[in-house]
Amino acid sequence: MMQRSRLFQRRSTPVLLMLGAGMALLLAEIACSGLCFADRLHARQRTAQLVAQLGLSDIALFTEARYTRHPSQADLFTPFQDAPGSLEHFPSGSLLTPPPHIVPTTGRARQSPPSPSSNQPDNRE
Amino acid sequence: MSGWKQWLARQRYLLDFTVAAMWRRRWRNLLLLLVYALVVFLLASVLFYGSALRRDAAAVLSEAPEVTVQRIVLGRHALSPPDWPDRLRGIRGTRQVQGRLWGYYYDRANGANYTIMVPSHFSPEHSLKPGEAIVGAAVKRLRDERGLGWLHLLSPADNRLLRLKIVRTLPAESELVSADLILVSEKDFRRFFHLKPEDGFTDITLRVRNRNEIDTVAAKISTLLPQARVITRRDILRTYENLFSWREGVVLAMLAAALAAFAIFAFDKASGLSAEERREIGVLKALGWDTRDVMAMKLWEGMLVSLLAFLFGVVAAWLHIYMFDAGVLVPVLKGWSVLYPQVALTPHVDALQLAALAFMTIVPFTAATLVPVWKAAITDPDVVMR
Repeated sequence: MMQRSRLFQRRSTPVLLMLGAGMALLLAEIACSGLCFADRLHARQRTAQLVAQLGLSDIALFTEARYTRHPSQADLFTPFQDAPGSLEHFPSGSLLTPPPHIVPTTGRARQSPPSPSSNQPDNRE
Repeated sequence: MSGWKQWLARQRYLLDFTVAAMWRRRWRNLLLLLVYALVVFLLASVLFYGSALRRDAAAVLSEAPEVTVQRIVLGRHALSPPDWPDRLRGIRGTRQVQGRLWGYYYDRANGANYTIMVPSHFSPEHSLKPGEAIVGAAVKRLRDERGLGWLHLLSPADNRLLRLKIVRTLPAESELVSADLILVSEKDFRRFFHLKPEDGFTDITLRVRNRNEIDTVAAKISTLLPQARVITRRDILRTYENLFSWREGVVLAMLAAALAAFAIFAFDKASGLSAEERREIGVLKALGWDTRDVMAMKLWEGMLVSLLAFLFGVVAAWLHIYMFDAGVLVPVLKGWSVLYPQVALTPHVDALQLAALAFMTIVPFTAATLVPVWKAAITDPDVVMR
């Protein structure tokens, strides 16, 4: 008892304990990420099966516009609708960037081998 | 006492002194810790959400069609002619060639957009008779609140009402891909959109017997059908590789805001010490403290604040994203959407991402605390205290 009170007499002890607790929580979360969520992993596998059965090609994160609901299926002109000078105006358009296969000069597409779909007619001048 | 034990004891005493000094300015330090942890929390939340979403999207879309063929007219996606599936079946190595029928429907009743689709012929468990429908969980929530099991849609072609019996709801766990889906029979689909069989299909999907030949088959399709655009599964997966990555869109905006906040912190630290802090350093120097000791003390101070803020911020962000389903972030992403999937993401912590976040948050702040301290510590104590 005496020893414990002496231990806490040092100013740094509570701070070190806080650091230790924070570190332990972080490690617990990392370990839990792999171990505690088996049900979500199974759900993901079942969702992949559904994707195979229905032939789905995109995730339904943003449903407000065609090119954000199915970005992989969109062509480069879809965001600009029918008016050539109009600006892309759906809010979710600012959250999703165009897929690399329709804008081959952006992002990783520069390093990756050219896909046969990059000879698409909609990207030619 | 051996060398390292002595060093450890010395550091512990320095830490004791640092904590005591910080305690004298506790409200200022606590506020700093709180704001700092909040910035880390926001940044880590966006990074965790993005990486979990990318992983989940890649996992579920690994079963997406290997090849999708669209017809492009005037640079825009058009209906594929009804003879295309047969022509594509003629290419060696293709299998399960089928015309897909899907389209969008804007529901004037509630402003939501649905994806209406005819289930694949290769999925007998989703086969439907005319008048029947299978709907995504979000559609069910939105349109069948009373649980009566009927769906009424006004045809965009002739304003006639299509009455569908909801025979099943797709599992809520699959909302990431199926939230807005309404599956109907081919007859209902064609009637609803006034699409005659000779109009063809929305697009064509197919599988390739040998996965190594996907690119060859795609090249053959491009030659056979010059009007076609070919989208491979690799293209689909690559579309989501950059989703919410730190280089793009909202994450870049968040990152810029966080970096600006850190810059302000660092500027505040680097622009000078308070009179009290300068006097403290002067007193320590006058009492015989080394410049090295003063620097070590201030290094501890910076490290304690940034390390605690990092740990609190990251731990809270993990809980926020995986235990509370990103409650703070989802309203931002949802925006004006009427229909939004309720997604429970699969947890994953990327060590590299965590290390980058730690480097980005701990190092600049700690480094910024050292410059003014070094300046004060090398000055004559008498001058510093004046």
